[in-house]
Amino acid sequence: MRRTIRHIPLLGTALAPAAAQAQGENRPMWYLETFGSPGNEITPILWGLLWLAIGVVVIIAALVLAGVFLKTQRGVDMRRDQEAVSPPHDHSALRWMYGGLFATLAALSVFVVWTMMTMADIRQPDGEAPITIAITGHQWWWQVTYLSEDESRIFETANEIHVPVGVPVKFRLTSADVIHSFWVPAIASKTDLIPGQENTAWFRADTPGVYRGQCAEYCGKQHANMALRVVAESPEDFDAWWDMQLEPVEMPETEVAKMGMELFRLNCAACHNIRGAMAGGEMGPDLSHLMERTTLASGMLPNTPGHLSGWIANPDVIKPGTLMPRTDLSGPELDAIRAFLLTLDQGA
Amino acid sequence: MWQHLFWIFAHPWVYIIVLPAMGMVSDALPVFCRQPLVGYTLVVIATITTMILGFGVWVHHMFATGIPFMSLSFFSGASFIITIPSAVSVFAWILTIWYGKPVVKVPFLYFASFIVMFTIGGVSGVMTASVPADFQLHGTYFVVAHIHYVLIGINLFGVLGALYFWFPKMSGRMMSERLGTWAFAFIFGGFNLAFLPMHWTGLMGMPRRVYTYPEGAGWGWVNMTTTVGSFLLAFGILLVLVNVWHGLRRGKPAGDNPWDAPTLEWAVSSPPPPYNFATAPVLASRHPLWEDRLPEGSGRSSLHHGPLLDDGKEAMLTTVLDAEPDLVVKMPDDTLWPFLTTVAMTVFFGALLLHLWTWAAAGLGAILLCMLGWLWPRDDLAQTSKEAHHG
Repeated sequence: MRRTIRHIPLLGTALAPAAAQAQGENRPMWYLETFGSPGNEITPILWGLLWLAIGVVVIIAALVLAGVFLKTQRGVDMRRDQEAVSPPHDHSALRWMYGGLFATLAALSVFVVWTMMTMADIRQPDGEAPITIAITGHQWWWQVTYLSEDESRIFETANEIHVPVGVPVKFRLTSADVIHSFWVPAIASKTDLIPGQENTAWFRADTPGVYRGQCAEYCGKQHANMALRVVAESPEDFDAWWDMQLEPVEMPETEVAKMGMELFRLNCAACHNIRGAMAGGEMGPDLSHLMERTTLASGMLPNTPGHLSGWIANPDVIKPGTLMPRTDLSGPELDAIRAFLLTLDQGA
Repeated sequence: MWQHLFWIFAHPWVYIIVLPAMGMVSDALPVFCRQPLVGYTLVVIATITTMILGFGVWVHHMFATGIPFMSLSFFSGASFIITIPSAVSVFAWILTIWYGKPVVKVPFLYFASFIVMFTIGGVSGVMTASVPADFQLHGTYFVVAHIHYVLIGINLFGVLGALYFWFPKMSGRMMSERLGTWAFAFIFGGFNLAFLPMHWTGLMGMPRRVYTYPEGAGWGWVNMTTTVGSFLLAFGILLVLVNVWHGLRRGKPAGDNPWDAPTLEWAVSSPPPPYNFATAPVLASRHPLWEDRLPEGSGRSSLHHGPLLDDGKEAMLTTVLDAEPDLVVKMPDDTLWPFLTTVAMTVFFGALLLHLWTWAAAGLGAILLCMLGWLWPRDDLAQTSKEAHHG
């Protein structure tokens, strides 16, 4: 279990350069500067509230400190010095109280109105949202289905969401097990994924880049490692990516990869789907075009052959509690499966 | 649904935690300011308002659950409004300090810092009351910081101040001022070092309840600050415990009224005798022990002459508005009925949960029977004596 920690420091390396530009390398979850809506509409009121809060605390702290330092009596023996007690001058004191309350009320009214206006603003995207993505939360990964009226254009993927820049995208959110929460701080606020209920959300990425998202509602042992990545790219790239996703996998050519496909069917296909490879499990993430993704295990590991082997060989060591079982493969079997998975890279 | 039930319970629960602490401060802070609380009536009204409003804001814990915007805006507004009564209390405390001549003792240190902690916990609450802001803040460390300012800042600081204040009354001995000042320094410093930066952790996007995070997230140094602060805070609490232990053993004798406080409990010996007062005192003002120094009301409280309640279980009945002693009523003796009622209620609710409808019906019947037994009129309680026995 201790070993899990070492696998994590990958963010800096795994992020595409565009993301580093867009988000600032060290602040993948920062939301005081945003790159899309509704984040852009929320940030101003957040800053406003923050400054209001800081202002109020500074004023009150100053009043208390000044009151204490200006008025303190030193060397008083409370048991003897009985003359000290005085009446509170309620008349003049209450005038200050009413003044303070009026100021409080005024500030609050401004923020109530601002809140309502912002809410009206972020309720719906401006204009139609042509793309709808269904996201189902699982312990501990994200099932992502791109919906379309044309059934042949529907496909499923996991943990990485591609969206076109400048186009509002709608989300249908639900959960297969417990409550999760969908949150991509640099673009959008959060919405819960609740079993047996369909929530909707939307966002529009305005700057190309890769954005980190993370589950924001405690959902079990590996809640901390339930991340997702949003890749915002030009509409052309996005369309090409969608078309590529629709392709069935190509049959492997090398002997070892062919053997790997057989072994995959025997050992993995009960849970994992790979379109075109006679593997249709539904428990775990869809692995068609796996190599096109940049991370493994919901954003935990960079997608490299080494990490892939390690993950398949013993998932529970990397992500304690994961529902993916250990399969007790021999070394050559593991190599073969890996060789097969490495062929799933039409996009690259 | 369960989330709703949970928060309908849990939000008022927060007020159940903080309101008594606010009351302790409103009671004890004026003693150290050497004058009565400014705006007493307003503070009382504010407290009652908070209690009522506190039942109407539970949904502000659930802004992100997909509830329609219309109802969100209602609960957002209610959560903003609940600030007003809290502001009344804060202004009352500050004005009491400004119009008074404070004497800095350990309890006063806690009460004065309490006002600032209260404000920090309050304004971070206002920030999360705004729905759009909460869409981002919800579920991050910002909320963790907020709850710690509420529970530790508003409850613990008030309660610790109250401990130092009433300890002499409870034990008859004083707690050491010097050790108390050190403990306060550690608690105040440690607490703020731990939880003030935590707001920033939340603003940097760290979600709650994660055991690990990517190194590149930039949360490392703030979390380290929090860790250091929490150890300092824990050490401060340890000092308080030592302070209590030392006070119990070696504390200087306190006398009846070490703080020259105005209220009734300071009129009896420390610790108070088991019967509290030999005769029921009759009060003319809120500050019976300061009466000769304050131009307050008319008449004088009489602490040593009053009705005697010495004939079995008796209690004073007073008039509703002015609390003038009116009647001595007989109180019922110990009885098994309340216990039987709770047993019946356990059966009833347990059966409901298990879908055992006959048991539930039986439980309900048993509850009604027990309540009948409990409330059955009895001759020996019917008597009330108009004339109190004067002692």
